[in-house]
Amino acid sequence: MRSWLPHPVLSLALTLMWLLLTRFSLGNLVLGGAISIAAGLSVARLQLPSAPLRNYHKIVWLAAIVGVDIIRSNIDVARVILAGPDSPNTKSGFMVVQLRLRNRNALALLAMILTATPGTAWVEYDPSSGRLLLHVLDLVDPAEWQNLIKNRYEALLMEIFE
Amino acid sequence: MTRLDLVPLWAAVPVAILLVIGATLALLGAVGLLRLRTFYDRLHAPTLCTSWGTAATILASMVMFTTMSGRPVIHEIVIGIFVMITTPITLLMLGRAALRRDRAKDPTMLDEGARLPLIERDDGTKEAAKTLEGDENAPQEAPPQPMGN
Amino acid sequence: MSATILNFASIYALLALGLAFAMSCWRMMQGPRAQDRVLAMDTMYICAMLLILVVGMRVGSIFFFEAALVIAVLGFVATVSLAKFLMRGEVIE
Repeated sequence: MRSWLPHPVLSLALTLMWLLLTRFSLGNLVLGGAISIAAGLSVARLQLPSAPLRNYHKIVWLAAIVGVDIIRSNIDVARVILAGPDSPNTKSGFMVVQLRLRNRNALALLAMILTATPGTAWVEYDPSSGRLLLHVLDLVDPAEWQNLIKNRYEALLMEIFE
Repeated sequence: MTRLDLVPLWAAVPVAILLVIGATLALLGAVGLLRLRTFYDRLHAPTLCTSWGTAATILASMVMFTTMSGRPVIHEIVIGIFVMITTPITLLMLGRAALRRDRAKDPTMLDEGARLPLIERDDGTKEAAKTLEGDENAPQEAPPQPMGN
Repeated sequence: MSATILNFASIYALLALGLAFAMSCWRMMQGPRAQDRVLAMDTMYICAMLLILVVGMRVGSIFFFEAALVIAVLGFVATVSLAKFLMRGEVIE
């Protein structure tokens, strides 16, 4: 099992994508399955760090939180852009967050969440000190952003990965 | 225009609303790209296009073709997943590249203001760059990405 | 009735996306530094992809979807390679 299907989730996702992009038929299922198994084998050659997950159901909760936050920050960023750069009550800037998270996969997921959410951008992370440099578009209250990242995302990610 | 009449009214209204929302958000993202002052501010603007600008347009397209052809048409979701996964990667790399180029111009950039201690600047940034790129390859459910490293 | 609604909505979407495309084009030509131009090009690719999708909806054909997918893939590859070049290569401005 492990030898010919090293990445079952990846192979399954690729097969589903193949079926979505073509018409559903038995031939396409076989062809897509073969291609996704080959892709799984070649990904295994890359020897990526594996990501043992602890709480699967927490991922659904994380996805829901991120979805709501993306909608909310879309509205916020649209308001900032409409107010214009000269508006007195918007102020952008850099801020530093001290992260406790050390798992590389969890950090990658946090980077994707923060960058995909409008309004925050991950700029630099220093792995030795665990300090993260963020750029925030609406930096009125840095303590609030710090609280959001540490309590809302980091705590959940630590529960999932560590 | 006759094919558009195949869409029932109860589906046409949400499709139209989603289209308007998506196009407006994409327009706002471009306006932000044009109006904001510094590069790091502008880095936030395209996420409007890629998050709900794309999502709303794709949802509209899915609902319209599904009701028009009478069978589920959901292959647009592939674009949505692809854009959702790739946007953070491009923006992250652009942000890092910009910081690196700004530091090359002015080595004290963001040292004091952000209180980020830079121990052996050249070595330190190089190390950070390596780990971040290594991390970006980690998300496992990604479609085949040409991220040669 | 529904054709009228969809017609108006798609015309609005086409106009807005075309304007967004033109704005990012302007930023790409004007952008003070190279990273601004790359960012504007990324936005331009996304706008072009959305434009193709909306045109496909207006025509009522699902075959525009593949063009949109190709544009998304090409945009990603182009932006990543340019960002990599900015990070590693020697860029003379």
